[in-house]
Amino acid sequence: MSMKVGSRQVDGVTIVDCSGRITLGEGSVILRDMVRDLLSKGNKKIVLNLAEVNYIDSSGIGELVSAFTTTKNQGGELKLLNLTKKVNDLLQITKLYTVFDVKDDEAAAVKSFR
Amino acid sequence: MTEQRVSYTLDSSLETIDRAEEKATHIATELGFPEDEVMQISMAVREGAVNAVLHGNAYAPDKKVTLAFEQTGGDLVITICDQGKGMDLSKIPNPLAPENLLKTSGRGIFLMRSFMDVVEIRPSQAGTELKLIKHVRGAAGGKEASQ
Repeated sequence: MSMKVGSRQVDGVTIVDCSGRITLGEGSVILRDMVRDLLSKGNKKIVLNLAEVNYIDSSGIGELVSAFTTTKNQGGELKLLNLTKKVNDLLQITKLYTVFDVKDDEAAAVKSFR
Repeated sequence: MTEQRVSYTLDSSLETIDRAEEKATHIATELGFPEDEVMQISMAVREGAVNAVLHGNAYAPDKKVTLAFEQTGGDLVITICDQGKGMDLSKIPNPLAPENLLKTSGRGIFLMRSFMDVVEIRPSQAGTELKLIKHVRGAAGGKEASQ
C-alpha cells in the first residue's frame, strides 16, 4: 500500500493524517512535500497522525527526523500522534522516542501547542 | 525442514528493494517464523537492498544486485551482493550517539543488527557482500554480530 496524506485544521493546529508506508521513494517524498507545503503557507503547528502507517523503513525514519528539524528551524513545532506498535518500537530502538513529542490523544496533542 | 537455496539477480532500482522485501516476507513466512520475526527479517533485507542499490551500485543500470536465501540447519541465511566500490564500516557513525540522533540517514546497518542474529559485511570480488542470519526459534539463543 503506497502512502497517502491529508491535512485538516483543528484550533490552529494542522493535523496530517498519514496512511500506508513511509519508505524510500514515493512515501518519503509525499511526506516531505506535504510538510514543506504546510510550512511555506505559514502552518507551523503540525501533528503527524501515524495511526494508519503500518510500515516505515530507515529512510522513512529519516524523513520524520527531517520534517521535525525543518519545522523546528522555521520556528514551528512538529509532533507525532497515534503511533502503531511497529513505528513505536522503531522509534524506541533508534532512541528517537526521546526526540519527538509523541502523543496518543488528538485533543491533547492540539492542546499541547503553546 | 529440508535444506534449500534460491537466488535472484536484480536490477539496481527502487523496484528491487520492494521485491527483495517481498521475497523475504514470503520465504520467512513459509519457513514458519512468527509474525514479528518475519517483519524483522523483511525489514533487514529491505535495508540491505537499499544499501546495495543506493550506496553500492548507485542505481547504475549495468550493475546488478544478487539476493540469495538459504536454509541451513536451524538458520535462514540471506546474502545480498552488490557491484559497488565497497564501504568503510569505520566511517559509519553510531546512530544512537546524541550528536547523530537528528541525522536523516545512517540507521540501516543499525536496524539490520537489531533485527538479525548475525550481520556480516565484507568486500567481495565485485563489490560488497552482506550476510544476514536469523536462527529459527529455539535453534540458538543470544545475538552476535561481526563485520
